Amino acid sequence: MSDDKPTTPPEEAPAADEKTPEQATPPESEVKQQKLPLTDDEKAAKIAEAKARAAEKAAAAEDAEPKDPWEEKPVPPTHEDASDDADAMALGGEMPGIVLAADRFAGEVTLSVPAERIVEVCRFLKHDCDYKFLVDLTAVDWPEREEGRFDVIYWMHRHDDSKRLRLHTIVADEVPISSVTEVWKTANWMEREVYDLFGIVFDDHPGLERILTWEGFNGHPLRKDFPVEGIDTGAAIYPDVYPPGGGPQIEEAEEEEGGAA
Amino acid sequence: MTGPDKPLFDVEEMEINFGPQHPATHGVLRVKMKLDGEKIMEAKPIIGYLHRGTEKLFETMDFPQCIPHTDRMDYVAAATNNQGFCVTMEKLLGITIPPRAAYIRMILAELQRLASHLVWLATHAVDIGAITPFFYTFRERDAILDLFEEYCGARLTLNTMKIGGVPFELPDGWIDRCSEVADGFNAHIDEYENLLTENRIWKKRTIDVGVVSAEDAIEWGLTGPPLRGSGVKWDIRKIFPYDRYDEIDFEIPIGEKGDTYDRYLVRIEEMRQSVRIIRQCLDRLPDGPHMARVPKVLRAKEAGMVYGSVEAPKGELGYFIVATEKATAPYRCRVRPPSFVNLQMLPAMVEGHLVADLVAVIGTLDIVLGEIDR
Repeated sequence: MSDDKPTTPPEEAPAADEKTPEQATPPESEVKQQKLPLTDDEKAAKIAEAKARAAEKAAAAEDAEPKDPWEEKPVPPTHEDASDDADAMALGGEMPGIVLAADRFAGEVTLSVPAERIVEVCRFLKHDCDYKFLVDLTAVDWPEREEGRFDVIYWMHRHDDSKRLRLHTIVADEVPISSVTEVWKTANWMEREVYDLFGIVFDDHPGLERILTWEGFNGHPLRKDFPVEGIDTGAAIYPDVYPPGGGPQIEEAEEEEGGAA
Repeated sequence: MTGPDKPLFDVEEMEINFGPQHPATHGVLRVKMKLDGEKIMEAKPIIGYLHRGTEKLFETMDFPQCIPHTDRMDYVAAATNNQGFCVTMEKLLGITIPPRAAYIRMILAELQRLASHLVWLATHAVDIGAITPFFYTFRERDAILDLFEEYCGARLTLNTMKIGGVPFELPDGWIDRCSEVADGFNAHIDEYENLLTENRIWKKRTIDVGVVSAEDAIEWGLTGPPLRGSGVKWDIRKIFPYDRYDEIDFEIPIGEKGDTYDRYLVRIEEMRQSVRIIRQCLDRLPDGPHMARVPKVLRAKEAGMVYGSVEAPKGELGYFIVATEKATAPYRCRVRPPSFVNLQMLPAMVEGHLVADLVAVIGTLDIVLGEIDR
């Protein structure tokens, strides 16, 4: 608290001195007596003294050992331009104009590419840039966005230098995107999961079926407009109570066999 | 068998369901198979019986509230699930955790890896027909769960990490008891090895079963022991060290052929390495706080997406978190479960083998359905 007063600008100091004592502390008269008869010289001296003290403190703070990072405030990552990234340049050199945006956040490079050419891009990255390993494939739903509702995200890894790269594409609702299963086999189930939970259709997928919910499930749970509490799917035990389309549609032959087993 | 193209019996292929309620499927996995006699012509895993919509639930919760839900994914390795989520969140929020917290985390994670591998060894051996190791491994697992219980009060769903550190200081005497478990552990691993490693039946059932080449393993996205069993030196603890794994000295065991036996050896050696890591952490445990100074309300600063991963006992467990500006809850939190991706390779590994090998392969992939279905 004591730091505040000395650092007030010199012009305001006399005015403050005249006003504050009346409102504030009980030993009013003493303060007045002491403070009012200050001459200009004395004031200047006091201000200089205070300034010196403040400067001393600042210097001490600078000299003091830096605090450990876990004692400091967190330092959140920020977005940086990543168009200087080697893979972004390689991709841009091979297919000019394909990298719509390159962003680095928390040390991770994200390249935005058009959804129509995703297979081409992935094939180039796998065979020419050596991204042999697709770590993850997923989607994000932005229902209000004008450019297209879904982000489809590809996250890949290169073994030689342990570098990871993220591809980001935007797909509109009810617009299919090409499957990358021919590039990486592991994309198969991941795409099925995205299809199941978001309803994004992958063209040329070898077996695009629902994976976590069942065939005939009504809706795509990870869409933002799907209620968190779920929907009444009609349990399989009440096929006659609930209308068709909600419950599991089990093939007839399978039902018999499954029941027997 | 009978001739190359002649079926074993003069009947059509039989379609049969393995699971979802079957003790050897390690949960509610269903494998729909087409059989020719006892030979698997086609296998199709069907999953989703344990789907609880965890990723959807994450979107409704504050960041710290998500942590108990991560416990319930890989429920035999809750600590590493917590760790994955916390590591990712710390990346998003820019938090550096104190060294003591990192060391406590590593101890807990490695204890968890031991516990998880013990469950794997027990069930894998029972599936193949050796029931004795089960009793040995669960004895040691119980000692580890006791340590967890003493530390955080829970044995299975631990909820034992916080964004910015760990919630508690180690209880008095815990370090000694943990040392005792760690120091005695290698002798126990020798016991399991005495029972299995040179066992003729065990070798017959595992060698050359479910062979995966290194190229295939990468193509199919395998991680963890299934990938290392194929001879690929890959471990998140080494390539993207989180917490303080870069200060710890340990080896990555790898296999040669990529068969079930190699994966068994890899996991056994991993247990020894985990003991080594615990030993080093206990010896070097630094002083200091166990939590970083984090704000009361955790808030992402800028909109963005981050991916963080840890080496879970099953493989690479990744969290992909999308946050909007000033968000206190994830806009989207995707979990990349290692078991989900590893299980995908099951058909390629068993087709052409016998039904009994399917059991061995499911065991060697070490899947947990809670994590697959989320």
